[in-house]
Amino acid sequence: MTVSATGETVLPPFPVPRPASCPLQMAPEYGEWVAQEGLERTVLADGTPVWAVNRYADIKEALADERLSADGRNPNMPGPGTGPDGTPSFPRMDDPEHNRIRRMFTKDFTVKRIEAMRPGIQKMADDLLDTMTAKEGPADLVQEYALPLPSLVISLLLGVPYDDHEFFQNHTMLVLRSGVSKEEMMGSRRAMFSYLLDLVERKEREPADDLLSRLAQEQILTGQLRREEAVVSASALLVAGHETTANMIALSTLALLQHPDLLARIRDTDDPKVVANAVEELLRYLTIVHSNVFRVATEDLTLSGTRIKAGEAVSMNLPAGNWDPAYTTDPGTFDLDRDTRGHLAFGYGTHQCVGQQLARAELQIALPTLLRRLPELSLAVPAEELTFRNDMIVYGLYSLPVTW
Amino acid sequence: MHVVLDEPKCVASGQCVMAAPDVFDQRDEDGIAILLNENPGDELHAGVREAAAICPAAAILLAEK
Repeated sequence: MTVSATGETVLPPFPVPRPASCPLQMAPEYGEWVAQEGLERTVLADGTPVWAVNRYADIKEALADERLSADGRNPNMPGPGTGPDGTPSFPRMDDPEHNRIRRMFTKDFTVKRIEAMRPGIQKMADDLLDTMTAKEGPADLVQEYALPLPSLVISLLLGVPYDDHEFFQNHTMLVLRSGVSKEEMMGSRRAMFSYLLDLVERKEREPADDLLSRLAQEQILTGQLRREEAVVSASALLVAGHETTANMIALSTLALLQHPDLLARIRDTDDPKVVANAVEELLRYLTIVHSNVFRVATEDLTLSGTRIKAGEAVSMNLPAGNWDPAYTTDPGTFDLDRDTRGHLAFGYGTHQCVGQQLARAELQIALPTLLRRLPELSLAVPAEELTFRNDMIVYGLYSLPVTW
Repeated sequence: MHVVLDEPKCVASGQCVMAAPDVFDQRDEDGIAILLNENPGDELHAGVREAAAICPAAAILLAEK
């Protein structure tokens, strides 16, 4: 907490922007926050005060505490917690309602299902690089590779025609930008909602081999799930599937270009375990979900020695937790040999990321494929000219101009 | 080592299958964990302990003998 020139107390922003001089590092404030017990009183871009939970152990405790509700219908929940008709997606519900609906989606994200998708993902990655390298460089890696790859994959998995990807990418940008007016954000959410409503209705009549068709046939038509409930959750998966992996691919590429020795190890290894652990370390080191993991206290409680009153909002500071020296030593170093087990990049508790195995497969394919096919890959602009997504719910790069 | 899976708590993250594929699998219909071996041999203990430690729902309980 600091004091302004006029003597008022000013709460620190949440999230704190990463330092412009070292945009892959955490804000130095986070190091101070994890060094002491207690939660930090902070303020979101829209002015809402929230308690930031920063320490690794405190985040795990908070995400396992049933008195901290994820219910998007709670009037004290920051941001829009529900779809346009007032229905929340399953990530914005509490158990047992959350678990009942989540289990309708999990069959498409099992380890086995995702393993079976790997050859398809590999082909998409190769095709995108063929297209990119058929032209003269430089190219924007975000637009040519990092974004279209997960976009193609999630569209295929859900059964959304990829021809509509521009529509989704544009609306996803607006939904996930902090500080966008509520009207603008709700406009985008409504547009996506009504598009998906039509699509799901079509899948009820003409099913194909995809997640939305299975939901339509097995859950909606049997009366287990309302069409609106299916659509608001599918929309959450579509947004998450576009943005998180896309930003991990681009930001990981930058991190590797800045650590050529580590880049060479990932490029040259034939051991999938080395690649897998490198991906886990990138997930931990970069922790791109730097905001938006909110809970609201349903009763007074104490966490990390701080008293939280019923109705107050709490925000998980996943980057700080993954950089907590009590969790892992020398956390600010990008280290391919680190024991990365138990990192918080996918959250923790009953809401832990439903798409995590898909994200792992995409990253384990996308990064080595890029490095092996383009061994001369380098930045096409000075690193200082890159612009970072401090104003987005998911951190990353707006563009990454590269040559090869 | 005796392993107990608290199935209603499972959130189908698949982390146990990654950590100990010889001891855990997932149901095809909803990804919920299946315990393949309640009394895994010594060579599997490290993976099972890891699975129990990283399970996001704390749904894997171990009784060490």
